Order: sequence, then C-alpha cells, then structure tokens
Amino acid sequence: MNPTMTKKLLLTLLAWGIALIVFFPIFWMILTGFKTEGEAVATPPSLFFEPTLAGYHTVMARADYLKFALNSIVISFGSTLLALIVAIPAAYSMAFLPTKRTQGTLLWMLSTKMLPPVGVLMPVYLLFRDMGLLDSQLGLTIVYMLMNLPIVVWMLYTFFKDIPKDILEAGRMDGAGTVQEVLYLLLPLTLPGIASTGLLSVILSWNEAFWSLNLTTSDAAPLTAFIASFSSPEGLFWAKLSAASTLAIAPILIFGWMTQKQMVRGLTFGAVK
Amino acid sequence: MYLKHVLPLAGAATLASFAAHAETITVATVNNNDMIIMQGLTDEFEKAHPDIDLEWVVLEENVLRQRLTTDIATDGGQFDVMTVGTYEVPIWAKQDWLVELDDLPESYNEDDLIKPIRDGLSQDGSLYALPFYGESSMMYYRTDLFEKAGIEMSDQPTWDQVQDWASQINDPDNDVYGICLRGKPGWGENMAFVSTLVNTFGGRWFDEDWHPEINSPEWKEAVSFYVDLMNKYGPPGATSNGFNENQALFSSGKCGMWVDATSAAGKFYDADESQVADKLGFAPAPIAKTPKGSNWLWSWTLAIPTSSDSKDAAKTFITWATSQEYIELVGEKEGWTSVPPGTRESTYENPKYQEAAPFADFVLNAIQTADPTDSTLKPSPYIGVQTVNIPEFQSVGTQVGQMIGAALSGEQSVDAALDQAQRSVERTMRQAGYYD
Repeated sequence: MNPTMTKKLLLTLLAWGIALIVFFPIFWMILTGFKTEGEAVATPPSLFFEPTLAGYHTVMARADYLKFALNSIVISFGSTLLALIVAIPAAYSMAFLPTKRTQGTLLWMLSTKMLPPVGVLMPVYLLFRDMGLLDSQLGLTIVYMLMNLPIVVWMLYTFFKDIPKDILEAGRMDGAGTVQEVLYLLLPLTLPGIASTGLLSVILSWNEAFWSLNLTTSDAAPLTAFIASFSSPEGLFWAKLSAASTLAIAPILIFGWMTQKQMVRGLTFGAVK
Repeated sequence: MYLKHVLPLAGAATLASFAAHAETITVATVNNNDMIIMQGLTDEFEKAHPDIDLEWVVLEENVLRQRLTTDIATDGGQFDVMTVGTYEVPIWAKQDWLVELDDLPESYNEDDLIKPIRDGLSQDGSLYALPFYGESSMMYYRTDLFEKAGIEMSDQPTWDQVQDWASQINDPDNDVYGICLRGKPGWGENMAFVSTLVNTFGGRWFDEDWHPEINSPEWKEAVSFYVDLMNKYGPPGATSNGFNENQALFSSGKCGMWVDATSAAGKFYDADESQVADKLGFAPAPIAKTPKGSNWLWSWTLAIPTSSDSKDAAKTFITWATSQEYIELVGEKEGWTSVPPGTRESTYENPKYQEAAPFADFVLNAIQTADPTDSTLKPSPYIGVQTVNIPEFQSVGTQVGQMIGAALSGEQSVDAALDQAQRSVERTMRQAGYYD
C-alpha cells in the first residue's frame, strides 16, 4: 500500500471513530428508550434485550406530546424567520456600507452571547409579566429571536462579504434600488448561506432549555419542558426519560438529516476562504 | 402597551363565550411516584368537581424549586398550586408569598395531621401549606447478613455499633459493602445526612448569635467518623452516591446497612425493583451522644401562592389531595404500599395499611420523634433538623457539602475542609447581615 493510501485509510478510520463516539450517546439513548426500567439501570448494561414500548406508552399517556412538539415547531421556526428579517438588513449595511465602528459593533453584538442568561432572568420575567407574555408562544419567539440574532447577523455578514461589490454596483447601474438589489441580487446569490444560517438558528432554538423552562408553564411549553418533566431525583426513570428525549429530538434529527448538505456547506463556508 | 390592552379584552371575550366553562388551575409539582399517582387521579378529582380543570407542570426537584422561586418572588402568578418542601414553607410564609389556610373545612380533620409535620408548616399557629407526603430517616439493614455474622440489632443502635457491624459484614470481594451513605454534594443530598450525624454528635450549624460552628470539635468528630467509616466499609466512589444511587445499590444487595429516607421502604418491598424484599430489616437512625436531631424530617406540601387568581379552586384541590379520602382512594386504586406516607395519624391506624406496610410503625415513630424546633444538644437559633430554615441555607449547605465531598474523596483532610467551610459560611452570613 502506498503512503497516500495508508494516510487515507487512517483518516477514514479516524473519522469513523469520531463519528461513532459522537453518535454513541444518542444511539444509547434510543436503545434505552426501548428497555424496561430495570434493564435501563442493569450492570453490566445489556446490548441485546427484548424491546418494549412501555416507556413510550407511559410517556405518551402522561403528557400531550403533540402539543409540546407543535409549540417547539412554531417557536423555533417563528423566531428564525423573525431573526432573518431583522438580520438581513443589518448584515447588508455592515457588509457593504461599513463604517469605522462596524467591526466594534459586530464584536459587541457577539459579546451579548457571553452574558449568562440567568443574570437577566428577573428583569425579563418582570417585563414579560407586565406585558402578559409569560407562557405565550409570542414571548418565547421574541426571546429566541434576540438570543440567536448575534449569531445570525455574524453568519450572514460573512456570507455577504463574499459577494463582490461589483455585482451589486452593476445592478444599481441598471436602475435597481436598495430593495431590489437585496431581493433580486444578494438573496439569490447567498441563498445557501441564508439557508444554513436559518437551519442553525432553528436547531439552537429547538434545543434551548433555560428560557423555555423559565418563561413557560403549560400553554406554550416546548419539547424541552416535556423532557424535563421526566427527569427525577428519585426512583427509576431512565427508560422513560430516554423515550421522551428520543421523541423530542426525532423531528429535529430528521430535519437536520434532510438538510445536512446545506448545514455542512454553511458551517465550513468561512473556513476554506 | 398594545398587548397589555388586547390580552385582557381577548380574555374577557373568551370568558364570556364560555361562561359555563370550568376554572383551570395550574399545579406545579415534582416528578416522584406519589405525585405521578396524584396526576393520574386527575379524572377522579374533575369528576367530583366539574367546575375545576387541572393543568399540570411536572419538573425535576431542583428545576422546580428555581422555577417556583422566580415566579413567586416576582408575583408572576403563573401557578395556582405549588409543591414546596418543609424548608421553603416558613420562609415563604414570612414573605407573605403563601395564602394562609385558616378556614379549612371540618371534614378535613386538621388534628389528624402528624404533629411535627404540621408544626413545620405553621407560622404563628396558622397553616400555610398542607402536607402531601412526609418522611424521616431510619436505618435499613440486611437480616441475612446480620444473621450470618451473628449480630443482633438493638432497639436503638449507636454509631459505634454500626461501625463494628459494618466491619463484620463488609465483604468487598463479593461486592457487599458494610454500609452505604450519601456522598453526593448538595444541601439536600449529603448534607441532609451529615447534618443529622452532626446533630447526634452534639454539634450545631450556628451558635445563638448566628456564628457558624463548622470547625467545632463536634463537627470534626462527626465528619471524621463519617469519612473513616465510608473509606473503610463503604462502596467505592461514594462521592457520587445520592439517594437514588444508594437505593439502587441497596436494592441490588450491595449494602449491609443504609441510613436514609423512610420513603424508600415501600420500594424495597416491590419485588420488581428490589432483590432484598425478603431480607430487609429496619431500625431507628443510629445515635451517638444525643438522640436529638438524629433523624430528619421532610415533607412535600401543597401551597397556594398569593399571586394566584383562583385561590378558592386551588384550596378545593389541595384539601382534596391531602385528605383522608384521597389516601383511601390511592389505597384502593393503586395498592396500600403506594399510599402517600407520613402525613396523617389515621393512615397508620388503618389495618389495611399496617398489613401492607410492616415498616409503618418505624416510620411513624421516626417522624414523631423528629423535632425541628429542638434538634441540637446545645441551643440553636434556628428551626430545622437537617436544614436551617433561613434563605441562605441552600447556598451555605451546598458550599459545605462540596467541601465535605472533597474530604470524603481524599482531596482534602477533614480539618482543612471544615476550616475552609467555616470561613466560607462566615463570609456568607456576614454578607447576609447576620453580624458585622
């Protein structure tokens, strides 16, 4: 075997190894969801067992999965749409009409992500209480939009920067206004980037647990609250919890699997520049 | 502003169109067996009270505690019934966060509630929460191992005896350890146990002027005893064992003795979950210098926040869920071992319960002897057996718990850990304004 082949083989093995390590907890969770509570905590753990739907049965009987799932879908997609509507003009102005403070503004926006959310829980809670937004889909949508906005602006900014200014200028020569320029030139050219930004924002919103647990009770509670209701400091609950988690990640896992091409492309876009 | 005006209007319109519709109350509760049974009996309640609908929010204990505290401290009004522990009730009652429950119906039979539990939930003679389930701590042991070693359990074991017995039955080669005790750091985990141990060794958390006594000789003796006992006869990796982990260890036959919550007893009799159902013995929690505070007291209770809009409906629900009638309903529907224990004398007088739960007398005795108002040998300024019922205790207890965890795992000596804990608690108490 020549050295390049060996290298290729080793790299493939390494990639498979890493993929297996990353996927193993998810695989184990899916497996545990089909065990009985006793088997779920058995030592040594069993790989082969008689699968049961008892965990799923209990989970479905104790909570209304569809209601939680619907909330998750509305909130994560709604917040992403809202974030894109705000972020596209922002990223446009930063990419094509930069001032000397643009870089600083970008960094400052990102710095808000470094604030621990619990630090602003009380003020946000009070605001939401007074505006009647506690336990509402709208309230959580707004919070998620704000939460993801810095990342969305940053990603769009890097994608927009890659578009040569000359193309937009050519459009302007042909009489396009700013709106037409964005709608007919910029957006079609950066669509893969926008799609992957949106996907990332959906996934981040879907998985967010702190705000969803604290700002909802029952009406607007998404799937993270659904999972949280099956964890317990007492008694045996691993099989039920695994079943609930599998149900909660299933939609986003399928969605992510279908769109992985765009995801990978978007996430590695900046890296190969 | 727009929303503020629109929402009430929309609400009023909905109300008007469903004038006959039932009132919905939101119940926040923890995820444990007793609460899940209660949730399962929702239909029974709604059948009996067609004008009230129940909406459940079930969360893990620590998440729930944080969630409820946020809501009640901001007057958020998201919940009508809250599940709170004995620790929070007096603190929250003092803040006027909980509705006073002084006009309970005659049929509720308030006097039937077990006294120490009821006292723990009262402030100036009024109840602020109704107990749903109560527990103390006691010792579980393996009768087969004791018999084999020729040991006879005494009516009131002492910690010295326990150490001696642990040395005799410890058999790590066969995966049997002399004793299992909590080691996972946390104010509600290892500190629940360690506090009772310190109490019975004659120690206390604070002196009468609220100065901590964590590095006193009594604490040092108690914690050294605990660390030594666990290192010699405990299971490996004890610092990650909390209630759950120890329960799993004991029920799979790996512990000779275990001192923990009385509420584990029912589960040990469940042959599906336990391999020790037929070789299980009970004894009171061991003592050292004083019986005072040697066993803890805890209850999960249902309370109504003052921010609730449906106080009457909420009261109807909590009196139902903590009534004698409810206990009987659970007994009939789910079996008598599943009855929520530790709240009413009548449960323990019930022959059906006595038959199903041979541990009933031990539990009742343990709860009755736990006195939160007199749990230390030397006088103390606080209420609580395994807790100090002040708002700072969650943080204080967890800090000390982590340092004792470090001593247990051998990262630090007991003396160094307690000195460090003392300094950190002193600082917290000074910042909280207990002294200059």
